[in-house]
Amino acid sequence: MLVADPGTAAAWRRFRQEFSDSGPERRREMLRERANQSRTTDLHMIGRAGLGHVGGDMSVLDILTTLFFSVLRVDPEKPDWADRDRFVLSKGHTAGALYATLAAAGFFPTAELDTFAGPLSALNGHPNRVKVPGVETNTGPLGHGLPVSVGMAVAARLSSSSRHVYVVLGDGELQEGSNWEAAMTAGHRHLTNLTAVVDRNRLQQGARTEETNTLDPLDDKFRAFGWDVLEVDGHDHLALYDAFTAPRGERPTCVIANTTKGRGVSFMEDRVEWHHKVPSAEQIVAASAELAR
Amino acid sequence: MSAPVASVPETFDCRVAFAEELSALAREDERIVAVCNDSVGSSNLVQFQKEFPDRLINVGIAEQDMVGVGAGLALSGYIPFVCGASPFLTGRALEQIKADVAYSQSPVVLCGMSPGMAYGELGPTHHSIEDLSWLRAIAGLDVVVPADPAETRSAVRWAANAARPAFLRVGRFKVPAVTGNRPFTFGAATTLRDGSDVTVVAAGTMVSRALDAAAEAAEQGVSVRVLNMSTIAPLDEDAIRLAMRETRGIVTAEEATTTGGLGAAVAAVVVTERTPVPMRMLGIHREFAPTGTTAFLLEHFGLTAADIRQAALALAHTDA
Ligand SMILES: Cc1ncc(C[n+]2csc(CCOP(=O)(O)OP(=O)(O)O)c2C)c(N)n1
Repeated sequence: MLVADPGTAAAWRRFRQEFSDSGPERRREMLRERANQSRTTDLHMIGRAGLGHVGGDMSVLDILTTLFFSVLRVDPEKPDWADRDRFVLSKGHTAGALYATLAAAGFFPTAELDTFAGPLSALNGHPNRVKVPGVETNTGPLGHGLPVSVGMAVAARLSSSSRHVYVVLGDGELQEGSNWEAAMTAGHRHLTNLTAVVDRNRLQQGARTEETNTLDPLDDKFRAFGWDVLEVDGHDHLALYDAFTAPRGERPTCVIANTTKGRGVSFMEDRVEWHHKVPSAEQIVAASAELAR
Repeated sequence: MSAPVASVPETFDCRVAFAEELSALAREDERIVAVCNDSVGSSNLVQFQKEFPDRLINVGIAEQDMVGVGAGLALSGYIPFVCGASPFLTGRALEQIKADVAYSQSPVVLCGMSPGMAYGELGPTHHSIEDLSWLRAIAGLDVVVPADPAETRSAVRWAANAARPAFLRVGRFKVPAVTGNRPFTFGAATTLRDGSDVTVVAAGTMVSRALDAAAEAAEQGVSVRVLNMSTIAPLDEDAIRLAMRETRGIVTAEEATTTGGLGAAVAAVVVTERTPVPMRMLGIHREFAPTGTTAFLLEHFGLTAADIRQAALALAHTDA
């Protein structure tokens, strides 16, 4: 099991403090900058490892950054704290994005990122809770995160804890039936302490979601299963923040975050082939330059 | 490019031969259809989709649905090749495989792509090493593990004609050609090298390694027979009994858990004979793999030619 990096964790705490003390413009700037740094980190990890899921990583990084740097009640130095909020990355193939985010928050030393996917590394191609602090359950096969999150939300209620469960789902992932079994359970049980975030980039591995197996109208589907639905721009950090922190009603919340696969790197944006293509060294330089702007 | 090293044979991704043969069959027989789970690329079905857009049914990321849809097609007179990454096809849809395919006797060809630890660094969720144990436990399901591109082609053709519930393991990890011109013969082991001291029974990626091991053992004066056991279920029990009579021990080698796969199948024959022979079972022993490439993990779990040779030598030098 990796251990926390106290220095980075302290910087993360200062970030969180400054965020809560700041007005909207500063807040937006802080999260934007942080997310783009993680994008750059992730691109280098993928380049070094020669594998990864770059399109989905770029797509989900604003969601992950907003959660870890402004919303989640967690402590990188106490990953086992019982009343922490729970975060589950159901689309586990974007582990690189999660690792970059966790390391930036101090859950483990950033130097560890250099080992991503290397021999005997804790940082497998899909996240492993047994080795990586901050990972709550092992994902990789799609359609597992929501049922597990429902279990965590039921547990929080049973133990009268105010902790909240956030789970990030891919949109293609929603073709798995297990999601709808869990959605039904969550709706039936009025799990107000559960928020499912759909990374709605409209692409899956081989094609557009709507050309493969139609998901729309996605909002109506979740409503019909007993959920409240919010739809936001998934790259607008403040809109995400508002959706994640808005007072909850009587039902679980689904945040449909409209995103662009490959976001932030012009030649990757909305292009299906970047699902798991590995950028060349020159492409990483070009992409990093775009992200530094 | 520098000159190729003479001793390194060319290696192949069996998915290519698989896809070519499937398209060829589809041209001959319009009952052939393909069903997949957002895996047109990873199942090498791009060409099939171009040629037969209506006969490729991509259900999206939904393996249980995929196998059920395959069963429905089979029960309506089609010959479905249901293709998906092996861990998800077998793990996620195991009950559909049992009830809708095997128990219903619907002639679906389940194609487990990139099996074993082909997805190296993607980790245990993406490894398909339990598949042989799981599937061998299901009545009426044929389990086939081709060793190279030629045998893959031959097995695809067999499956299309056999009209039986079958599982084909279609390898992604590159292997050399080892079977020559011998066609796949359902239910029969093929002797790729004869030998009189020890028998190595191997399948899939392990076959070429077993042949290398046998060559090395010969240099050390030990004669090793190599059986390519490309049908795991039903098992060629006669070939095992012959090996028990004619050699002094049996090594099994598989890129799978030894819990219930090839090794367990062979052992079940060996221990129920009047005079069992000593065995070594090479494979993965109920462990999740650490992070690493396929080649790294094969070495990590003792599945190299050197490991096979060592096991064979150990048996050759045991006094029975
Ligand atoms: C059960 C299962 N089936 C198939 C896969 C292979 N796979 C990995 S990622 C992916 C596409 C995911 O698409 P989506 O959920 O939309 O994620 P994103 O586009 O954001 O990367 C597929 C099919 C898998 N990981 N698990």
